[in-house]
Amino acid sequence: MSIGVLELQGDFEKHHQILHTLGMESIAVRSPSDLDELEGLVIPGGESTTVSLLIDRNKLREPLKAFADIYPVLGTCAGLILMARKVLDTKVNPLGILNVVVRRNAYGRQIHSTTEELTFFEDGNSFSCPTTMIRAPRIDSTGSSTEVLGSWKGHPVAVREDRHIGLVFHPELDGVTHFHQLAFQGIKKNSTRK
Amino acid sequence: MPKGTYEVKVGLAEMLKGGVIMDVTSAEQALIAEGAGACAVMALERIPADIREDGGIARMSNPSMIRQIQKAVSIPVMAKCRIGHFAEAQILESLEVDYIDESEVLTPADERNHIWKHDFKIPFVCGARDLGEALRRIAEGAALIRTKGEAGSGNIVEAVRHMRTINKQISRLKELDEAELVSESKDYGAPLSLVQQVSKLGKLPVPNFAAGGIATPADASLMMQLGAESLFVGSGIFKSEDPDFRAKAIVVATTHYKNAEKVADASTGLKKAMKGLDISEIPDEERLQERGW
Repeated sequence: MSIGVLELQGDFEKHHQILHTLGMESIAVRSPSDLDELEGLVIPGGESTTVSLLIDRNKLREPLKAFADIYPVLGTCAGLILMARKVLDTKVNPLGILNVVVRRNAYGRQIHSTTEELTFFEDGNSFSCPTTMIRAPRIDSTGSSTEVLGSWKGHPVAVREDRHIGLVFHPELDGVTHFHQLAFQGIKKNSTRK
Repeated sequence: MPKGTYEVKVGLAEMLKGGVIMDVTSAEQALIAEGAGACAVMALERIPADIREDGGIARMSNPSMIRQIQKAVSIPVMAKCRIGHFAEAQILESLEVDYIDESEVLTPADERNHIWKHDFKIPFVCGARDLGEALRRIAEGAALIRTKGEAGSGNIVEAVRHMRTINKQISRLKELDEAELVSESKDYGAPLSLVQQVSKLGKLPVPNFAAGGIATPADASLMMQLGAESLFVGSGIFKSEDPDFRAKAIVVATTHYKNAEKVADASTGLKKAMKGLDISEIPDEERLQERGW
């Protein structure tokens, strides 16, 4: 099986590394046809304004939405912003994959970026790991079917809805494989599709 | 609350990969850059080509101008301080710029010492012509390296030279044994631990971007293919006849750098690029890349 990493702008390399650690194949997605053979997608961190513009310039908006109707999508930081239903800022046009409302750079500029040790809960298990937040967005509200996996300062930092996961932090920067596994574990390994 | 750790500093550089960081001198230009898809802007009073033309001492930008740019855009805002001028860097930190470029484009304030960048919570980017220079800056705390190139020249030849030099030196380090790395570390004037790390990783321990002379989408593609992880474009955009269009074209070429058809499409219809300078036309004492060590 192959997972795509949206390579328009951002820290895509680190996501490929995490997927390879998990024994998954990964390919770069830059054009609609790149999605054809995939069974999952990562939208990495980067600048959400830039990625939002490039999604439209590369005619990826509708193909990405259609892909998310079938396959799991994991978004980190800017990726989460792009997956949101609503962004409190007109500079980003999100895809509406997750029923969350997001505020960009809500914790301030780079000087306020931080790493925190947080605990997450899902399916009766708990999991702790370092979470690095870089000019991080904040999730201001979630839909009724959005599951909150972990919080920080009273706001969700990891959410799951249907098959999708959105994170305000960067597990890929700390070598944390947990969330990629959670997003894509349901996909059969050794599938014939490549 | 581990803010400002080295990992968090390098983290922002990771987020800037695959993008274009554009020099801007006003809020208006910053908005053009953001709208074109820049992943960050560098706020400065004069772009390098004008600094070169005007002469005089080039200093840190006026704080009010930096604030205006921070207000206008939501992407990261970087600013330059003079080499060794840690007081300018402190001011930029208090303004909460997202990255400080300790830059040879400005007139150096200290002929011997660069800033001890570990003292700051804000990350620094520094220019390098070769591996030794890159590792010395990383040892001082730089969280991101860029080629120096020759800023304001519109001529890519120096950035290519610096990128190829660093790549070649890194591949050489991979071949050496432990004893040889010790002597290499002495020659580079860089800590052994960093030399060992590069030898093992086969790359710099921090992201490596290109800067200095990028003026066209083809230049962007060239530098990305040579291994740059992102690009700084200075005079190339706002010294051209069509900044908005050119900025967009360079962003497209950076994303699709391996796809010549897309780079060709992006280049189609562009007006004149900046005129540029042959390196031999620049007197030795005016070569910005010679500043710093």
